[in-house]
Amino acid sequence: MAQMTMIQAITDAMRNELKNDENVLVFGEDVGQNGGVFRATEGLQQEFGEERVFDTPLAESGIGGMSAGLSVTGFRPVMEIQFFGFVFETMDAVVAQMARMRYRSGGHYHSPVTIRSPFGGGVKTPELHADSLEGLMAQSPGVHVVIPSTPYDAKGLLISAIRDNDPVVYLEHMKLYRSFREEVPEEEYTIPLGKADVKREGKDLTIVTYGAMVHTSLKAAEQLEKEGYDAEVIDLRTVSPLDVDTIINSVEKTNRAIVVQEAQKQAGVAANVVAEINDRAILSLEAPVVRVTAPDTVFPFAAAEDVWLPDYKDVVEKAKQVLEF
Amino acid sequence: MEKSKTLEQVENQFEMFQIMNEDGEIVNEEAMPELSDDELKELMKRMVYTRIWDQRAISLNRQGRLGFYAPVAGQEASMIGSQYALDEKDWILPGYRDIPQIVYHGVSLEQAFLWSRGHFQGGQMPEGVNVMMPQIIIGAQITQTAGVALGLKRKQKDNVAITYTGDGGASQGDFYEGINFAGAYNAPGIFVVQNNQFAISVPVEKQSAAETIAQKAVAAGIHGVQVDGMDILAVLAATHEARKRGLEGNGPSLIETVCFRYGPHTMAGDDPTRYRSSETEDEWEKKDPLVRFRKYLENKGLWSEEAENETVEQAKEDIKDAIKKADGAPKQKVTDLMDLMYEEMPQNLKEQYEEFEAKESK
Repeated sequence: MAQMTMIQAITDAMRNELKNDENVLVFGEDVGQNGGVFRATEGLQQEFGEERVFDTPLAESGIGGMSAGLSVTGFRPVMEIQFFGFVFETMDAVVAQMARMRYRSGGHYHSPVTIRSPFGGGVKTPELHADSLEGLMAQSPGVHVVIPSTPYDAKGLLISAIRDNDPVVYLEHMKLYRSFREEVPEEEYTIPLGKADVKREGKDLTIVTYGAMVHTSLKAAEQLEKEGYDAEVIDLRTVSPLDVDTIINSVEKTNRAIVVQEAQKQAGVAANVVAEINDRAILSLEAPVVRVTAPDTVFPFAAAEDVWLPDYKDVVEKAKQVLEF
Repeated sequence: MEKSKTLEQVENQFEMFQIMNEDGEIVNEEAMPELSDDELKELMKRMVYTRIWDQRAISLNRQGRLGFYAPVAGQEASMIGSQYALDEKDWILPGYRDIPQIVYHGVSLEQAFLWSRGHFQGGQMPEGVNVMMPQIIIGAQITQTAGVALGLKRKQKDNVAITYTGDGGASQGDFYEGINFAGAYNAPGIFVVQNNQFAISVPVEKQSAAETIAQKAVAAGIHGVQVDGMDILAVLAATHEARKRGLEGNGPSLIETVCFRYGPHTMAGDDPTRYRSSETEDEWEKKDPLVRFRKYLENKGLWSEEAENETVEQAKEDIKDAIKKADGAPKQKVTDLMDLMYEEMPQNLKEQYEEFEAKESK
């Protein structure tokens, strides 16, 4: 075991897969010699060579299209989009091409591509770096959308994502890259896609969340405990498709739930979670399921992040509304 | 617009490459591809076959027995000449109009018809036949071809990837990105732009101020050539040369084939008389790739009315047979579609699968 930050765990997962499978290729803007703008691919080109880890021209659509092409010739591309706000340039390649490859070829071809990309607020990035756009991906049949919140999850989920034979959008929250260290096994291990994780057990309220909001929710749960409430925190880990069973089991136990996301209210996946709970567990509910989200504006100017991003106090407030309904 | 000297110099680099003129005479003997008499006859057969197939497909579409169909009459030389220059293991990434190329590469007519109707079996490419499904998103095939070509290079295959788009397609971002990526990686890609003069109703002059599409290769730093797309020998020779260039490690090529579609853009209600004059059509009729190649072969004593009729009958028979086979394909069920989504079905689909399975078994 080693103490790793999330970014180190991500590098470790890629190193493991580059070693494990000669068809794994890692590429994107500045991921080669430079080791990535966040050092996620640090040392990988030196270790595995330019044929395996390489830079691309600055064109996200080209990167996506190239991944689709490489995938049908037998490669397993791990492509990087430098910031997920740039996904619009490659929406067609991801959701209209790779996500549909298996289906439109009647199963003859498939695209085992992992699309890695940083996102997330709280670090005062310039425009269109931090936007939470997972909701767009979650609406696209044919992809998995994975968002880890810890170094341990990041490594196991990334190895699973790379090994999955269908496209996986793997989103890395920038604020979590180096915010804390955790024990991460040095040997390989996997975490199944599509499985949520109970990060804190509780009996009074279910908090369903993902990404940086997992930590915000855990902090809120501590505060709630001081006020006499025992909250269960579920980290979705995969936001599409949802692990409905874990959510429903928890709600049937606690009878109350909130959903917490960093994305705007009209975006993200919170509305899906609420709908699934309403569909399946309405008779267990003692109160409506409410959402903690960002407001429905464009992502804030950097200096306004603090007042815009949801924080633990927002979670505590909404939790108490539901607990005291 | 007054042209700068630099621009004129660039344009002069892209004079049209032609081997056979409109009268079927060889005007560029030294560029003549090496082809046996049988091969020459085979090329003619394929062009005649494809013309009949196009006529039948239009008629079958009108009868409701085919779905989506993009006519190809006029583009036979461009399509068939370029495909004929390939090795059977080369990859083809076709656009939606490029069905003849994938059929001559090994996809059955029956499958082409199933694709037209909208049946998943139409996309199940036969094992070992290196073709992608026809691409509807104009330009997506171009960036993908850069990837396939790079893949072939990295796997050290002696093969190339060829792709096709139209004159309108050359205005897309993915067109530029695709040729630029292939250039940056020195990958063996062949990018064919079939300039049939119109993107639905928009003439090529409204796509770009560039005099040729071939010169767009300059922006990617790759080889570019403009070819008479109604001359099958020129198209074949240019593709053959591009293939050689790719395999010898000299990078990708852009080939503009200047051609014309006699029919509408698609069978979905497009009416070319709204945007094309009859003078334009008459002018291009004179350039018909079948007419001039027929003259060339007849002069050599390689083609006869009998051979032509035989081909026509064969085409009609094959098409009848293929349509009958396509009629026999099983109706698609929602559970079939669900099966095709992922290798391993996720929770949401498993649940929906059960619902539809129950519905389907009623």
